Amino acid sequence: MNLEVPKKYKGVLAGAYGAAEIMMRPYSRKYDLAEHTFPKPLGLLAKGLDAINDATGGAIDGASSKVDKKDDSNKNGGNMASCLNIQGIGYGDVGMLLTFPGQGLGNAAIAAVANEEQLKRFGGKWAAMAITEPNFGSDSAAICATAVKDGDEYILNGEKIFITAGERCDVVVVWATLDKSLGRAAIKSFVVEHGTPGMHLDRVEKKLGIRASDTAAIVFTDCRVPAANVLGSPEIDIKKGFAGVMETFDNTRPFVGAMSLGVQQATLERTKEILSKTGKVDLEDFKTPINKAPAAQATYMRMEADHEAARLLVLKAAWMADNRDPNTLEASVCKAKAGRVGTEMTLKCVELTSSLGYSHEELIEKWGRDSKILDIFEGTQQIQKLIIARRMLGKSSTELK
Amino acid sequence: MGIEISSLTGGATNKKWAERMLKFDSMLNSDFAESIGLRSKMEKLIYFGAYNGTKMAMMAQKVFSGGGASSATRLNPKAKADLFDLNYTEEQEMVREAVKSFASIVREAAEKTDEVFVVSDEIRNGFSELGLVLYLVPESLGGMMKEKSTVTQMMVLETLAHGDLGMALALYTPLSVLNAIIEWGTEAQQKELVPAYLNEAGFPQTSMAVNEPSPLFSPYELSTKATKSGNGYKINGVKNMVPLASVAEYFIVVADTDNGPQAFIVDKGAAGLTITEDKGMGLNSAQLGKLTLKDVEVDASAMLGGGDAFNYEDFVNYNKLGWCSLAVGCCQGVLDYVIPYANDRVAFGEPISHRQAVAFIISDIKIEMDSMRILTQRAVSRAEQGLPFAKETYLAHIMCSDKSMEIGSSGVQLLGGHGYIRDFPVQRWYRDLRAVAIAHNGVHI
Repeated sequence: MNLEVPKKYKGVLAGAYGAAEIMMRPYSRKYDLAEHTFPKPLGLLAKGLDAINDATGGAIDGASSKVDKKDDSNKNGGNMASCLNIQGIGYGDVGMLLTFPGQGLGNAAIAAVANEEQLKRFGGKWAAMAITEPNFGSDSAAICATAVKDGDEYILNGEKIFITAGERCDVVVVWATLDKSLGRAAIKSFVVEHGTPGMHLDRVEKKLGIRASDTAAIVFTDCRVPAANVLGSPEIDIKKGFAGVMETFDNTRPFVGAMSLGVQQATLERTKEILSKTGKVDLEDFKTPINKAPAAQATYMRMEADHEAARLLVLKAAWMADNRDPNTLEASVCKAKAGRVGTEMTLKCVELTSSLGYSHEELIEKWGRDSKILDIFEGTQQIQKLIIARRMLGKSSTELK
Repeated sequence: MGIEISSLTGGATNKKWAERMLKFDSMLNSDFAESIGLRSKMEKLIYFGAYNGTKMAMMAQKVFSGGGASSATRLNPKAKADLFDLNYTEEQEMVREAVKSFASIVREAAEKTDEVFVVSDEIRNGFSELGLVLYLVPESLGGMMKEKSTVTQMMVLETLAHGDLGMALALYTPLSVLNAIIEWGTEAQQKELVPAYLNEAGFPQTSMAVNEPSPLFSPYELSTKATKSGNGYKINGVKNMVPLASVAEYFIVVADTDNGPQAFIVDKGAAGLTITEDKGMGLNSAQLGKLTLKDVEVDASAMLGGGDAFNYEDFVNYNKLGWCSLAVGCCQGVLDYVIPYANDRVAFGEPISHRQAVAFIISDIKIEMDSMRILTQRAVSRAEQGLPFAKETYLAHIMCSDKSMEIGSSGVQLLGGHGYIRDFPVQRWYRDLRAVAIAHNGVHI
């Protein structure tokens, strides 16, 4: 048993953290304030990271998260490398991470289910994902957007919101139903190129945090998409149903956990620097019982314990994916833990650093805002708890609602 | 050297056990008591109580003559692993299966042992027969190990505590003492003390004493002092929450010296040592007791490792990791118990597990128990590989202290009023888990 990060990924980490410190952190405040402006340093950085990914077989998002061939030996592969990378980049700036050219959530879906012809056409493109609609969030089965087959095309109608990189991307992977009466089995995803007639960018949202990342609302009105752009089987398979669509998230939940780890690490590190200067705490004291330590010290230690637990749980879920062990439960456990710890901890760090941490002089207040979304998107805290509880209790979604 | 019979090791304890036997007479005469060997245990205790009283008078001060710490046998750290790996080895899986089936017997007996404050002979012998001791002792001392087995020991403690935390503590405490002797003992201490553990008839009852009955207790601020006196030390202080106090043959007692905290091997019959009961909130089967040391004289050779080899911080941390392992196992027991309960219990026309207010508590138990386990595994695997593990242990212990108590409380809450009744085990786990944040005695892996 060993829970240390393997040596072969030390290079990944050095690259990611180096990039984070030089190309992201100095611009964090600038693009937090200049909402809706594309962070220019990212163009250059994206190229550098491609080189790192090529060298390590990893990716900063799910785009190349496919696992190694199955055999009995223990593997540390692309999923783990991705998590480490994402933590490193998230440590730089999680808003910028989310608007990394070519690294959208749609890229993960394309990588997971596209056929060879589609991979050729869309492989190099920046792909956003459009699932949420004004009338639903977590309940993806309630999709209203429709797709109607018409010859060699599908006609899309509906409104999609909360599309990360929806403005800046090349293509959008849109979820729509072929027949609402058939429920989840009829939900399919379609790759729609930006600029397709009938696709209208309605607005870019103003947000609490991750302001460097654009979050778009797109309206589809009789938008015609080639039939060859359906991801996965175009048939409605009632038996298989929704599971296939949702599998994407087993892979990406640990990545969102890793984003939170990055924000947590940045916040803890800066808070430690600030608190240590006061001379009132010793944050390297691993002997004094927690109840005998100063309150700020005890609070810090508890945050560090939570952060470490979240970090190791993310690595565990990624490690299972690398070894092709089903990890739905562990992916939700790590996402739930990392998500809630991220919010609790960053807000606590604002409190510990007082009005200094609340001020724009520091980035701690920004991290306090950024972290919140990571406990919401790709499955809220409550959705993760539902998934975990259903698994543990052996309940269906109709029994445990 | 001031040898005298300790006032409580003979007659008084003897009398207490006799009184208890009368009190639990009906229980002892039951088929159950017979089946777990409770009755014979009681009878033996009375016999040994009297026997030890006289025998100890002759050997109350342990003297170890022979080689020092530099010629002692140590286990090497495991080779550093390259890859992240949460798998157990095949051998570890085999050990786990064996301990698991044993732990299921422990689980069945737990309710009764909790009420009678003792572990049966059958269980004690069954534990001995598992042969775990061979996984702790180096080859050259008669065991089968070359390297440390810290991960295996965590796994064993976790599995045992899934059966019962108090009994796991009672059963493992002597092995913890053995671990410490192997890790730090002098050659002479190892030669004299290790062979008894390899006896086929079972290993000796021994224990450790770190905790002191003071608020905000820190193992780094000991009130118990050992001062130089003649060819040895004189120890003064009070230790409590000591497992197996009434039956242990000897104790590892930690005390502050001019040279920082040191550990001493103190015979149960040592002059000036008074052993009394110290029943607590829980951990009943561990037979907790209090040691009062008044000018207890020990030979210089009874200092663990002779003053050179002993590493007190590691000693404290190995104990914390032992307690973390127990906490993880007990919390897994809580989770495994509340799941079928929540599914079977019907309220308002459907199983209570269909309500998020109930189901989410179970999710939280799972999330935080996994957090406890993975932090402990990291610290333990670092210790096994010879990497620094103080920080990792500290963080694991914080998590286990906080979350295991929350989980213990959730266990009772989920059962509602039933949870409060002693026919159900969740109240026992609630009491036992309160010890995790506090205890420094006993389980040293």
